[in-house]
Amino acid sequence: MHKFQKRSQILFLMLFFLCLFHSIAFCQKVDSKDLKGSWYDPTKTNVLVGILICIALLFFFIFYGKKKGNLFIREIAGLQAIDDAIGRATEMGKPILYSAGLGKMERVATMASMNILGSVAEKVAEYNTPLIFPNYDPVVMAVAQEVVKEGFTRAGHPEFYNPDNVFFVTQSQFGYVAAVDGIMVRQKPATNLFLGTFEAESLILAETGNSIGAIQIAGTDSTIQLSFFIVACDYTLIGEELFAASGYLTKDPMVLGSIKGQDYLKILIIILVLAGGILATFNSEFLRMLFP
Amino acid sequence: MLVQFFIPHRSFIFAYENVLDWMQIIYVFTLLVGVANYIKINSKKVSTKIKGWGYNLVALSGLLVMVILGFAQGTGEDTPFLWMFNHIQAPMQATMFSLLAFFVASAAYRGFRARSKEATILLLTAAVVMLGRVPIGNMIHSSIPDLANWILNFPSMAARRGILIGIGLGTISTSLRIILGIERTYLGRE
Repeated sequence: MHKFQKRSQILFLMLFFLCLFHSIAFCQKVDSKDLKGSWYDPTKTNVLVGILICIALLFFFIFYGKKKGNLFIREIAGLQAIDDAIGRATEMGKPILYSAGLGKMERVATMASMNILGSVAEKVAEYNTPLIFPNYDPVVMAVAQEVVKEGFTRAGHPEFYNPDNVFFVTQSQFGYVAAVDGIMVRQKPATNLFLGTFEAESLILAETGNSIGAIQIAGTDSTIQLSFFIVACDYTLIGEELFAASGYLTKDPMVLGSIKGQDYLKILIIILVLAGGILATFNSEFLRMLFP
Repeated sequence: MLVQFFIPHRSFIFAYENVLDWMQIIYVFTLLVGVANYIKINSKKVSTKIKGWGYNLVALSGLLVMVILGFAQGTGEDTPFLWMFNHIQAPMQATMFSLLAFFVASAAYRGFRARSKEATILLLTAAVVMLGRVPIGNMIHSSIPDLANWILNFPSMAARRGILIGIGLGTISTSLRIILGIERTYLGRE
């Protein structure tokens, strides 16, 4: 088992048991009269039912994907372009810049970004193209170092991995922008990948990248920043495309199955929206009462 | 944490808060890892005198000066640390943020060029929304602000909600894959 994963699991278990013991100890100390609050919040039943439906459908499609093998997933232009972008950087002899933005590791968009980074690192290692990854968060940095190293190892070139290329910059939002812009202007990367959580800095980064003529592929879970990326970048992963990227790149049947499950959930939501519209037209409050 | 959302019991709330406290404590220690990496990378560049090493020297000096000032004279009112923050760091951050105005203009110029039918629709829509947000829009025609609001509240909001639903489903799906251990790249293995 990989050292990093083993350490993470041990740390997680230690934290879990520490919290558990602390909570049990706390419960034993307090009188039963102090244990106020019920064991279930009935006002959240609709959320619970919704989550259970989502989980059940996703579970079904994950196992369906595992059983059936490779499922069809439509082409995502931004992810198709990653290979070309890496090839371009190799031909030009220039580095590739990767940024996960301001997100911390607990954000799902950052985790999705790390999953894409693994595939990018694997491809980059085949051509020995430098992959520069300035980080806003030290935890993301530690994870990214491990992901890139693992990607290089999977490609069969662990000797090409340079830990100095995945580094911490600052926790100041605009300090981070200044540093990344500086790297772009000085090192002129041929390809910029902005995948993760971005805020006001998105346009500053993307426009600087545009000014140096880099091919830019971006993706974020912020709808406000998406518009900036669409204008300033060559390809943009919109909404769930960022989360579907790892399945698309790795072709893992179980991940592809979960993406299929998402599509069926979308169909379910569309049916609910249409039903809601029709019922509201006839003054029925039934669906609205289900989602107060 | 998911279970705690549905159980308002005091012990569960306590456990939840406990986990958050521990997360904060662990996070503070991870900053040391970041600072150690920052010093290592910049020192290496300065010692090997690679191209642009002067920038790394400035970065290292900034870190050391702030740490020394903070420890020597504190970080409160009328301290050199606060003066440096207010008169050097804050203006530099404001300068970077100000660049956004120029970049919005250049990005808008590229985005709104009427090269295709879609770009022309975008240009016209943006023109209506922008006019609707300023007094001159109302002076041109009283219905322009209403039209701008309609665009923002209906077509624009519908598109945003569509994207948000996709993001929500993607988040649930990715979280489930991570919880089940199907997605493990972020742990350093596939």
